[in-house]
Amino acid sequence: MLRQYTSVWKQGVQRYSFMQVARRALGGNNGWLPAWQSPTLKPSYDAVIIGGGGHGLATAYYLAKKHGARRVALLERGWIGGGNSGRNTQVTRSTYFYPVSVNFFDHSLQLYEGLSHELNFNVMLRQSGQIILAHSQHELEILHRWANSIRMNGVDAERLSVADIRRQVPILNTNSRLPIVGGIVQPRAGISRHDAVVWGFARGASALGVDIIQGCEVTGFRINGGRVVGVETSQGSVSSERVVMSVSNQSSLLAELAGFTLPITTMTLQAMVSEPVKPVLDPVVISAAVHAYVSQSDRGEIVMGAGADVFNSYRQRGTLLNTRATLAATLELFPCFSRLKLMRQWAGAVDITPDTSPIMGLTPVRGLYINCGWGTGGFKAIPAGGDTMAYTVANDKPHPLIEAFDLWRFERGALVDEGAAAGVAH
Amino acid sequence: MLLIPCPFCGPRDETEFSYGGPSHVTRPELSASDKEWTHYLYHRRNPKGPHRERWLHTYGCNRWFNVMRDTVTHEIQRVYRMGEAGE
Repeated sequence: MLRQYTSVWKQGVQRYSFMQVARRALGGNNGWLPAWQSPTLKPSYDAVIIGGGGHGLATAYYLAKKHGARRVALLERGWIGGGNSGRNTQVTRSTYFYPVSVNFFDHSLQLYEGLSHELNFNVMLRQSGQIILAHSQHELEILHRWANSIRMNGVDAERLSVADIRRQVPILNTNSRLPIVGGIVQPRAGISRHDAVVWGFARGASALGVDIIQGCEVTGFRINGGRVVGVETSQGSVSSERVVMSVSNQSSLLAELAGFTLPITTMTLQAMVSEPVKPVLDPVVISAAVHAYVSQSDRGEIVMGAGADVFNSYRQRGTLLNTRATLAATLELFPCFSRLKLMRQWAGAVDITPDTSPIMGLTPVRGLYINCGWGTGGFKAIPAGGDTMAYTVANDKPHPLIEAFDLWRFERGALVDEGAAAGVAH
Repeated sequence: MLLIPCPFCGPRDETEFSYGGPSHVTRPELSASDKEWTHYLYHRRNPKGPHRERWLHTYGCNRWFNVMRDTVTHEIQRVYRMGEAGE
């Protein structure tokens, strides 16, 4: 894998290594080049990707890396990673229920496992496991069924007794108001640094010749005879016969510009972190019954994911109701966090589909491809989303892993209902 | 947090209400095509700006009503009864 890269890094891109760090340190840390270039927009490309989040950047990267595309532009309205890619709780896992979902998400987890090497950029993946708690016998039975289905699909999942859980998470209060009776774990699940994933893909894509254009808003599509021929942007017109929409909560608005509608509702999902403390919590701990979604980042902050606000919103600021409910649930499970200060609270606008599975692949407009509907769980899907969308764009047909996630599944009644797979209700 | 003016009870805290999704979604005739039916079941207006939606005053009068609310500022611009036209 590394050998393939030498040719790439010769194009004036610094390969990060111990030697590089040592050399720059001796030189007073002068001579570091920008991680990615900021070229000006050209009038024509072979492919244009709208949206500079993880999915868009990964699509650009794999399009250049695996399919040899050299004239690719990525257009980002704000700055890369400024949307949901920088607002999530960094969890990577493949604990889904249906085979199509598990296969897709485990492909993503496998790509995550090799991503730091692949990108020559440390994404700080820590596979410390994800534990899902049961607070009643019925819940435990459903969790066991879930774990069985994950194992049937060839992915790791194990049952945990209360003693197992206590051993892995000594600070957990198993005698909470709703006592914990057991749980399941995916040992390969974990967290990584979300900004590093964005920056790593941006750097890799830029090294392969992708033009990353920030501050460039798409204002319209040029469509001729049902086929996309270009986009209008705030920086002028661009011709391209292949365009990817990878814009999360803005998908309905862009689709409207392209003349079709989507089964998507944009809602607010919030998260928060405490002040940083020494390592106390290794795995990600989830409880659906009380809605807690807790992990500790490598910087030491306790990261807590809340539920989505119930109504349509593009506001990117969650309501205090959900903040309070999340903190109450977290403190019941982890009483020792009660003296921690809450450092930051933020929210992202998430694109929820009726079956909480993504919408990926072709659209009613030829040459226009879509990758959206990730709702509350798109971060973990970034590498596979990029990989499969790059294939879809290069071959003008959906990658086998995403065939089930097409826009027309709603018409066929072939929904992939993963409503329970968030681990918590949204 | 929203302060929702119930047309029957006056302004109340958001916690007293349940959200009912977009208003003015019309059920098609039984002769509708799969495409029309899909559109009715799943496709929703998802505007960035004024949105017409239904709320239920669950822990109050338990009555439904329509609200026009901006999805960016959350400002409630209009409250009107069920059956009233949106425009």
